[in-house]
Amino acid sequence: MSKPKVILVACGTAIATSTVVAHAIEEEMKKRGLNVTTRQCKATEVPSLAADADLIVTTTPLPSNLGKPVIQTLAFLTGIGKEEVLKQIEEILKQ
Amino acid sequence: MTSNSLNLLNLLVPEAVALNLKAASAEEVIRLLAAALLQGGYVRETFAQAALEREARLPTGLQLAGDINAAIPHTDIEHVIRPAVGLATLVEPVVFKNMIDPSQSIPVRLVFLLALEQPKSQVEMLQQVATVLQNPQVVQDLIQAQSLEAVHRALAAVITAQS
Repeated sequence: MSKPKVILVACGTAIATSTVVAHAIEEEMKKRGLNVTTRQCKATEVPSLAADADLIVTTTPLPSNLGKPVIQTLAFLTGIGKEEVLKQIEEILKQ
Repeated sequence: MTSNSLNLLNLLVPEAVALNLKAASAEEVIRLLAAALLQGGYVRETFAQAALEREARLPTGLQLAGDINAAIPHTDIEHVIRPAVGLATLVEPVVFKNMIDPSQSIPVRLVFLLALEQPKSQVEMLQQVATVLQNPQVVQDLIQAQSLEAVHRALAAVITAQS
């Protein structure tokens, strides 16, 4: 199996929101046959952790110029636009 | 799913369920629910203030698919003794700021106050909160609930469906 893609999942406290988001992404990407691993962090920790990530998914605003693709979304909490976001994640990871 | 797991129904503290609450602000709602959790020994004295400060910096308002919007205030784990959830439904909305865009105000009528310890152990409950928020019918049922039993019925619908 190829090396898993690393998704950095950021929220305010790295406790509640990112747990939901990371869990949902792992499940959905597994269904799509993609090998992913998620790491949760606080939004403030993203700049120091971004280097190791293939993709950053965040529920709160992040600084710009992180050098990695960033998806800012509440879809995994509210359900609004979830399919579109999943498609977007899949496309980025397949690159 | 096991019956003794830390699911939303088990973690919801009856004394911290405020239905048809009349509150003037998000702060009032958070303080009221936090006081009930403090009384029950679930959180430390610092919890309410920490949740309010976190809300000011990193708001938790969520615009949902239906007419009712929600907020999920919470804070760092050091303010929590054991995991618990408080719930408020509001007669008139109070203003929370939008999680994804803190410059935006959202009128909120459903509030889940989350007292969290270890994230991994509460993933099930958190997933259930998200499942509730994604289901406009359940959100509506919660808003209309007039008793703790009605709240349990509304939540059980989601939790059973998920397991």
